[in-house]
Amino acid sequence: MELLRFTTAGSVDDGKSTLIGRLLYDSKSIFEDQIEAVKKSSERKGLTHVDLSLLTDGLRSEREQGITIDVAYRYFATPKRKFIIADTPGHIQYTRNMVTGASTANLALVLVDARHGVIEQTCRHSFIASLLKIPHVIVCINKMDLVDFSEEAYNKVVEEYEAFASKLDITDIRYIPISALNGDNVVNRSENMDWYKGASLLDTLETIHISSDQNHIDARFPVQTVIRPHQDEYHDYRAYAGRVAGGIFRKGDEVTVLPSGLTSKIKSITTFDGDIEEAFSPMSVSINLEDDIDVSRGDMIVKTNNEPEVGQDLNVLLCWMATKPPRPGAKYNLKSTTNEVMAIIKEVTYKININTMEKLDEDTSIKMNDMAMVKLRTTRPLVYDEYRKNRITGSLILIDDTTNETVAAGTIHS
Amino acid sequence: MSKYYLTHLQELESEAIYVIREVVAQFDRPAILFSGGKDSIVVTHLARKAFYPARIPMPLIHIDTGHNFIETMEFRDNLVDELGIQLIVGSVQTAIDKGRAVEEEGINASRNELQIVSLLDAIEENKIDAAIGGARRDEEKARAKERFFSHRDDFGQWDPKNQRPELWNMFNGHKRMGEHFRVFPISNWTEMDVWNYILHENIPIPSLYFAHEREAVYRDGTWLPNSEFLVLRDGEKIEKKRMRFRTLGDITITGGIESDADTLEKIVEEISATRSTERGNRSDDKRSDTSMEDRKKQGYF
Repeated sequence: MELLRFTTAGSVDDGKSTLIGRLLYDSKSIFEDQIEAVKKSSERKGLTHVDLSLLTDGLRSEREQGITIDVAYRYFATPKRKFIIADTPGHIQYTRNMVTGASTANLALVLVDARHGVIEQTCRHSFIASLLKIPHVIVCINKMDLVDFSEEAYNKVVEEYEAFASKLDITDIRYIPISALNGDNVVNRSENMDWYKGASLLDTLETIHISSDQNHIDARFPVQTVIRPHQDEYHDYRAYAGRVAGGIFRKGDEVTVLPSGLTSKIKSITTFDGDIEEAFSPMSVSINLEDDIDVSRGDMIVKTNNEPEVGQDLNVLLCWMATKPPRPGAKYNLKSTTNEVMAIIKEVTYKININTMEKLDEDTSIKMNDMAMVKLRTTRPLVYDEYRKNRITGSLILIDDTTNETVAAGTIHS
Repeated sequence: MSKYYLTHLQELESEAIYVIREVVAQFDRPAILFSGGKDSIVVTHLARKAFYPARIPMPLIHIDTGHNFIETMEFRDNLVDELGIQLIVGSVQTAIDKGRAVEEEGINASRNELQIVSLLDAIEENKIDAAIGGARRDEEKARAKERFFSHRDDFGQWDPKNQRPELWNMFNGHKRMGEHFRVFPISNWTEMDVWNYILHENIPIPSLYFAHEREAVYRDGTWLPNSEFLVLRDGEKIEKKRMRFRTLGDITITGGIESDADTLEKIVEEISATRSTERGNRSDDKRSDTSMEDRKKQGYF
């Protein structure tokens, strides 16, 4: 059984909570005592219906205000797959949450109200999915019951979205007409829409091909820590622990350690369950090398002749996540894979209007929830790939040394 | 399908091992919070895998309420011996004796909340800068928004509205002196995943999880085990039941379910068919809608 991580975004009234509630409920992932608790809370609030959104509102302030503030993670499983939903709020203030949810997702669910068609929020969510290189997007045209399950209404939305999708860098986009409230095409094919010949949403989520989303070509192994047992039976033992970030490593492979450039061969690939012949992303293993060379945390082991970039000047698309804007000329801690270096923002090349994808090069002051292309200069060479090639080795975060907060997330463009 | 893909359990395992290794790499004095329950047992098992063939490079911390199941204590001591690592015990009784904590009174009194004092004391006394726990996001709604790396201020408190965003697989462990982190490597696991993993890996767990005969009293929809700490209410009577526990905590708050599941296979089967959450049998969570959130803010597990 595979794991599929997907993200959703939406506002209170577009049916997102209802859709998630239905997926959880129909897949029997909600237990009776949870439903009981929600029923009681709904009654206390004087509601006449069971408010499924109460299931997904976690924190006290969210329950009080009836909104989602933070990314919430939900889980459900069918006999075919296990799913992790990163449920993110859709308002513009929460770009940072959408980016957070999108960073680990294989798939984005974009909800469109069949009555209103493609609106600003649809565009924003889709652009973020595209910028974060989520490989699959499912556009759910919701509330079909309110447009008499009309094929024409559905086609109109699909056309609108397709026209706009030409600006997106997403190859796999699918459309499903649904009614989250009544369950049409959510788990089962709807009898109200004979004209729709495709699969239901759950069926699509269960069968969409995701195993080739991983990069299995460019072998990358960021070293997390060195394993040196201080036990007699492992006297000279030294292994490099990490999670494969791309490609396939095999016993006997010639490898280069970056940024030092030292070379060696893989002597063995070790796990608790025994040595293995090959390791691929996203496996956690430890690698033993033939030669006793200097390797430590932050280094990257790669296959010789297929090497990533090493450099100090980067073009990065940043999403600013802190309430305070960047301090002019300030140094930030830049974290990428397991490496940390200091970096300064040398220049803001342009900002992006996240609703239209337009480049804004006049106002280049960065505020919270802004997305901007910047030039970064690091104090030491960084080992990286372009984000489009590898989402792990091509991403970074900035940490403010004075507050220790994560202030920005970035994707490396060159 | 290509052979280069992981099953969901393999992917969750790999993610958890990655997180545990990040803790050891980023912090000076990490520790594993060990309750004797299945989740902390799984975390300890994952830590063992993460550093193989070396020993787990950190101690276990157990917060002892003094109201324990004997089976849990035996299991804990055997595990520590086998792993060859240090055990740190934070005692609630000692905290009460020193006047650091005050025993609750009344019919529903428990030492559950008092654990917060002993936990924070143990963290401070041992200068622990990262405490790894077995909490999962599917357990409780306040936990659904918890981070893998969860920052605690110098009072050990959690500020849910000011959490650091976590992107891709990068975890920011930067902190000031006196602050610490709670880290949850199995955040993305569900109860079903934990049981399937225990079955798949054949991980030893305390006998309390398997069906056995026990004296218990039926209270608030659950079978509360008889112990020297149990105070019977009017009309309650002790009965002998074939039962087992779905979660394990302090003996005074952990209710069991009637069950015949005496093997891991039968437990997995029983959990798949069950229609209520595991924490439904925990009286500590029934106090209010936000009782977990409130306790977590103060520094609870």
